[in-house]
Amino acid sequence: MSIELLLNDFKAVAEHPHRQADAYKAQGKKIIGVLPYYAPEELVYAAGMVPMGIWGSNNKNISRAKEYCATFYCTIAQLALEMLLDGTLDVLDGLITPTICDTLRPMSQNFRVAMEGKLPCIFLAHPQNRRPAFGLQFTVDQYMHVKSELEKISGAPITDEALRDAIKVYNKSRAARRKFSKLASEHCDVISAVSRSAVYRASWFMLKDEYTEKLEQLNAELEKLPAANWTGKKIVTSGIICDNPKLMQILDDNQIAIAADDVANESRPCLVDAAETGDPMMALAQQFADQDYDVLLYDEHSSENRRADFIVKMVKESGAQGLVLFMQQFCDPEEMEYPYLKKALNAAGIPHIKLGVDQQMRDFGQASTALEGFADVL
Amino acid sequence: MAKTVSPGVLALRKVVDDVYADARKAKAEGKLVGWSSSKFPCELAEAFDLNVMYPENQAAGIAAQRDGEIMCQAAEDLGFDNDICGYARISLAYAAGKRAARKFDPETLEFIIDPNSGKPLKDENGKVVIDPATGKPKKDPKTQVPYTVLDDIHEIEALPETTEKEIAYKNFRREAIKPYKQMRIPQPDFVLCCNNICNCMTKWYENIARMCNIPLIMIDIPYNNTVEVADTNVAYVRAQFDKAIHQLEELTGKKFDEKKFEAACANANRTAKDWLKVCDYLQYKPAPYSGFDLFNHMADVVTARGKVAAAEAFEQLEKDLEETIKKGESTTPFPEQYRVMFEGIPCWPKLPNLFKPLKANGVNVTAVVYAPAFGFVYNNIDEMARAYYKAPNSVCIEQGVAWREGICKDNKVDGVLVHYNRSCKPWSGYMAEMQRRFTKDLGIPCAGFDGDQADPRNFNEAQYETRVQGLVEAMDANKAKEGNK
Repeated sequence: MSIELLLNDFKAVAEHPHRQADAYKAQGKKIIGVLPYYAPEELVYAAGMVPMGIWGSNNKNISRAKEYCATFYCTIAQLALEMLLDGTLDVLDGLITPTICDTLRPMSQNFRVAMEGKLPCIFLAHPQNRRPAFGLQFTVDQYMHVKSELEKISGAPITDEALRDAIKVYNKSRAARRKFSKLASEHCDVISAVSRSAVYRASWFMLKDEYTEKLEQLNAELEKLPAANWTGKKIVTSGIICDNPKLMQILDDNQIAIAADDVANESRPCLVDAAETGDPMMALAQQFADQDYDVLLYDEHSSENRRADFIVKMVKESGAQGLVLFMQQFCDPEEMEYPYLKKALNAAGIPHIKLGVDQQMRDFGQASTALEGFADVL
Repeated sequence: MAKTVSPGVLALRKVVDDVYADARKAKAEGKLVGWSSSKFPCELAEAFDLNVMYPENQAAGIAAQRDGEIMCQAAEDLGFDNDICGYARISLAYAAGKRAARKFDPETLEFIIDPNSGKPLKDENGKVVIDPATGKPKKDPKTQVPYTVLDDIHEIEALPETTEKEIAYKNFRREAIKPYKQMRIPQPDFVLCCNNICNCMTKWYENIARMCNIPLIMIDIPYNNTVEVADTNVAYVRAQFDKAIHQLEELTGKKFDEKKFEAACANANRTAKDWLKVCDYLQYKPAPYSGFDLFNHMADVVTARGKVAAAEAFEQLEKDLEETIKKGESTTPFPEQYRVMFEGIPCWPKLPNLFKPLKANGVNVTAVVYAPAFGFVYNNIDEMARAYYKAPNSVCIEQGVAWREGICKDNKVDGVLVHYNRSCKPWSGYMAEMQRRFTKDLGIPCAGFDGDQADPRNFNEAQYETRVQGLVEAMDANKAKEGNK
């Protein structure tokens, strides 16, 4: 399949997750909604069900969700609730609700209350002291709860063997996405910011084996091409989410390519793999423990500035000239880490801009002006 | 007439003053001083005789002293977004060395008085004196204060001190930092973080650790979805206690003193029981005091619950309240017509504005969520882990509702006033559903208003007054309905 056709497929999935869901339903599969962040999707896959990421919506307006939360909450969470309330997500058979930020904590209760009697909500609390043995054990305990709830929905036990297979599928998928990030940068004349974003976004709505197969095809096609003779600029993107095609189009219009990303719904979950041998539950717990450099996660070496140093290194190694931080409005964790990120970027002489975004944005004029100006200083 | 303050209240104030004074003294003597989140297990620090300051309590104090805005702004200038919790912003600005100070003339070393500050001057008959030049009331010079400016301790310490003039200037600038206790807490040598109250705490304390290059001891208490705390969750917290003890041993070079730990636990339990008893006096109708006072006594529960002095001070207050009840009196400065639960942390910079329409309408606060949230009692270390699992914002909606409906019933409230606190996402995040449940389960009206615990810019007085008025009307309607039955 040509690059163009493959990209069109990814875009179709990214733009119409509902079609994807309907197709899975037609195959008799059950679908589990997976809210951010770090839910062990492997368990859903191993249960023979389809995990689908729920990262808000770029097209909907918040209306019914106002019955549950005040305005000062991240629109990703509010729009997830909106879609649960307005029937958009009626296709789901279950919902995993992680609670790693202060918005998701009370929202887990709102999701459960709003869906009472309609949709099983599976609660998930991750530990922050995740690396010591007791932290790993806590993760295993929580994942065991998720597992048993999923088993109730699927009606069959999740075997260790199925889970090990799922881990292999997910490792392969993460490897393909890591590779894609590099190839997308090398071939940024072919992979626009809009397309790159669609490829990542599609990963949340496809069974990972199907997705990986398609992505590996795309990677193979890209590898055949000569490296781009790119005369534009390159940046690293950072933030929780930047999947709005209109926003990405501004980058493309200004000849700004994405060299790498530090984005929660793109590469952040792809950094670490799980062990394919041994106890698979512990492998998943260890994988979560190994996650690092994330605004959402506690850093034992708090007095150092490891996350920002990691980002600086990413910018340098990726060949980017600057960084664009898509600051999700009302995202405390991201906001709390910004001053030290800024400090490290400034110290390394890396230009950056912080662009406030949310999913209710309909006018991109300001963002366009800011990015245009930023491209000029790179 | 000056408001009389009971011996118990005076004792409670002294306990907190002593905690601050002891920390300043410890620092001056070269001892370690830590900063701790309000619901970190203080029993652990007590076992090592550590002096600990509480940034949340400090930030509330700074906000109540009207310096919340300048400190929040200082944090924003450091890059912290104005959506971040106001306590965190104040604390982070302070940790970075920012201070609210009194403006002075660098030549004369005299404070520059803000002409808009102070209370109106009154004549011998108690009448306000009008300035003939402006036609406006004259200010009482005794009550006027200097302009507030932002200063930075690192800038001050970097100043030269070679000439006498330089030395005098430097010293004056140090002294110009506002003299109240919360603006004079020592910089931390270590931080104790427990995120049971919120996850913002995690990154807040990491930032402090980074700014000051100091160790952080972290006790992570994830959010809980059930009323019961599972044994597996207790095991996780219990293991973290052991790790924290080990880290404190390394930090202090001392062995963990089991006896001191047990004494601190006994004190914490005693304080909690006494705190609850004091809170329970609000069950009397009319209540012997205004529940707003509990917000002030919170400082003792937060900063000194592991100390015997706190328990004794609450016991004194209990005696005072017993007397008040016997005499059939109340310290509430108005006749109580309605009784409400105040939901959330108060808007500290706007306490008088919060109080005004309540007083005008005879609305007494007779229930606050802090009562059950801090009144936790335990018998052993596993129970202690379980107790710390239940913080105001770490419990599921059913537990949160049960706590609140319990005190609403016990304290016989007629309505609920809900603070949608811009600073506190975990607290405000399920209040809409809670309001529906209060009304359904208890048949009482609720009214919400927008505000902030520390940043005065997020409070709209007109909206608040309208909402209080609406609540009063709804309570009236309810009472009329009851009367017709």
